Amino acid sequence: MSTAATATAPPEGAPKLVTGRSLLGTAWMRIRRSKIAMVSLAIVILMVLFALLAPVLTAIEGQNPDATNTGPDVLDAFENPGLPLPGYMFPSAEHWLGVEPGLGRDLFARLAYGAQVSLIIALLSTIVSVILGTVLGAAAGYFGGKIDSVISRLIDLFLAFPHLLLVLSIAPILQSRLKDSPLAQGSFVPITSLVVVLGFFGWAYLARIVRGQVLSIREQEYIEAARSFGTSHLSMILKQIIPNVAGVVLVYATMMIPTNITAEAALSFLGVGVKDPTPSWGQMLNAAQQGNWYLNDPWFLAVPSIALIITVLAFNLLGDAVRDALDPKSSRN
Amino acid sequence: MSEPLLKVTGLRKHFTVRKGLARQASVVKAVDGLDFTLERGKTLGLVGESGCGKSTTGKLLMRLLEPTAGSIALDGRDVASLRKDELQSFRRRVQMVFQNPASSLNPRMTVGSAIAAPLAAQKITPPEGVKKRVQSLMDRVGLRPEHANRFPHEFSGGQRQRIGIARALALEPDVVICDEPVSALDVSVQAQVVNLLKDIQDELGISYIFIAHDLAVVRHMADDVAVMYLGKIMEHGSRDQIFGDPQHPYTRSLLSAVPSVELGAGSKDRIRLQGDLPSPANPPSGCVFRTRCPAYALLPEEKRLLCRDEIPTGSVACHHPDAPLLEIPAAATTLV
Ligand SMILES: Nc1ncnc2c1ncn2[C@@H]1O[C@H](COP(=O)(O)OP(=O)(O)OP(=O)(O)O)[C@@H](O)[C@H]1O
Ligand SMILES: [Mg+2]
Repeated sequence: MSTAATATAPPEGAPKLVTGRSLLGTAWMRIRRSKIAMVSLAIVILMVLFALLAPVLTAIEGQNPDATNTGPDVLDAFENPGLPLPGYMFPSAEHWLGVEPGLGRDLFARLAYGAQVSLIIALLSTIVSVILGTVLGAAAGYFGGKIDSVISRLIDLFLAFPHLLLVLSIAPILQSRLKDSPLAQGSFVPITSLVVVLGFFGWAYLARIVRGQVLSIREQEYIEAARSFGTSHLSMILKQIIPNVAGVVLVYATMMIPTNITAEAALSFLGVGVKDPTPSWGQMLNAAQQGNWYLNDPWFLAVPSIALIITVLAFNLLGDAVRDALDPKSSRN
Repeated sequence: MSEPLLKVTGLRKHFTVRKGLARQASVVKAVDGLDFTLERGKTLGLVGESGCGKSTTGKLLMRLLEPTAGSIALDGRDVASLRKDELQSFRRRVQMVFQNPASSLNPRMTVGSAIAAPLAAQKITPPEGVKKRVQSLMDRVGLRPEHANRFPHEFSGGQRQRIGIARALALEPDVVICDEPVSALDVSVQAQVVNLLKDIQDELGISYIFIAHDLAVVRHMADDVAVMYLGKIMEHGSRDQIFGDPQHPYTRSLLSAVPSVELGAGSKDRIRLQGDLPSPANPPSGCVFRTRCPAYALLPEEKRLLCRDEIPTGSVACHHPDAPLLEIPAAATTLV
């Protein structure tokens, strides 16, 4: 931290010109100095742009993710029925990443729109987990007593669950329920069900961390001061406590996004997540595995895999950098 | 006579602490029967060694702690019986400046929002008036307008304490409890903060409970002084009385321990208290001070017996206030 915290005070009336840097300001300075962090940040930004600009990019390419090309000039009709012919399997000017086997849809368009779905699911489920975890953890730590016991037991329970098994069984149920809702249009059902399931199962660990932090913050004199002028519980938690755990929450959130990207991919791969015709990176992996396409068309498997690996790696490295940068004990300045 | 602003009677706070594997309960008598009053516009100094219950008293007065027994009355109204909405307006009238300026300010809150926090909590100032009020408070305590957007760690200890004072003044309280407001500060800065508090009192007519272990500071600030030892008041009187003509052996030994120019650094004429401070969980019977009392040692046996009895209430909590003290030349008591 800054030198202003040292015991010797300068003469009064001459305020020290310690540059007014906030926590985030200092963290940003540190991130900027790390090459790995900057490269990962750039990749993350590029991936987000890729997803956001999917309609624009595919328009430039002149393709869309749903148009099928099953003509005999595109897909093999004899030896390996459905396999793209050599000119269509790999990148070309017409199809930037080639076409997929079976339906002959444009891979680039599906990857771009799939990025939208994958990133939205990861982001929204992370937000759900972060809100649940922060609020419940802060409430447990702040109120203590019965509220704390109830929330703590709930945390234990959620951490003890075999997540994957539970998610595998809940996701299909949720999807069939959502299908009947009036909102069920487009990719609403798969996205919502995955966001709910992943968000709902991801909060417990964060809640435990936040609870621990709040337990020590609660003992600080400034909380007592706030109580002494009649601060309400709500503003105590929102204004006095949560800003002090924001760093921890931010680190956890950046670590959680890649976890959720992977989780979406895994669930869709296992067939309980995003389903054709909605593209997502997991759905594409699933498609590559179905009918053993990847044996004769490894490129079809490689495209979503590489996108996934690069993105998850970039997010994880960025998360590490954010954690180091926000750590007041870190030696780097 | 009119009613005192603050009247404290028989105030007690006993903490139950559990220690060891057996979780054995013991009772810490942090505050054990205080009586005092505070008049409008006056300052009551509360002095005593570390651990004698000064901060606990302050927190009881703030209703941050519930008393075990006794009553606190503000303008004749018992504070313990306040309803929720009444408690909220009570919180407006009594404010506190905390002992440690580093931990009493939220590190993630700007100075401006820290000073505005009481206004926001009490919702008495309209939002458009808050900024102006904060600026005028900052001006009053000697902070510059542009400091409002900075964070506490960017300030020195003295400036942080000024922020704490501005925050305590925000709601225009009647009483401000200053819990060792300068003991964490550099000596050079202490005087400035003390003088600021004094100026503010002259200007606004507020009352202070001024907690300190530094007698010189109390002498400068207080109109009345109460000397505490193990949760009890040993001696209570006007400043001139306490500093000019102390009666209680504890007060006399405290005053003699204050370094002063005349006494000289090498003087051996100070009264040093013998032994360690007894644990508030297990205080001596009768007079709590007798185990360390410099007069007790010189008392004849039959007079000592009396010290084992409960002390009658009065301004000097001593059975033998005029007894001679061990190792004490008459001069030492008056030199402070
Ligand atoms: N919450 C608590 N639980 C148990 N014991 C406590 C608690 N708060 C204070 N005490 C005990 O009560 C006694 C008085 O503490 P207090 O903080 O009031 O002393 P103080 O006079 O303010 O001391 P200092 O000058 O060090 O600030 C101490 O022995 C302390 O250990
Ligand atoms: Mg104290």
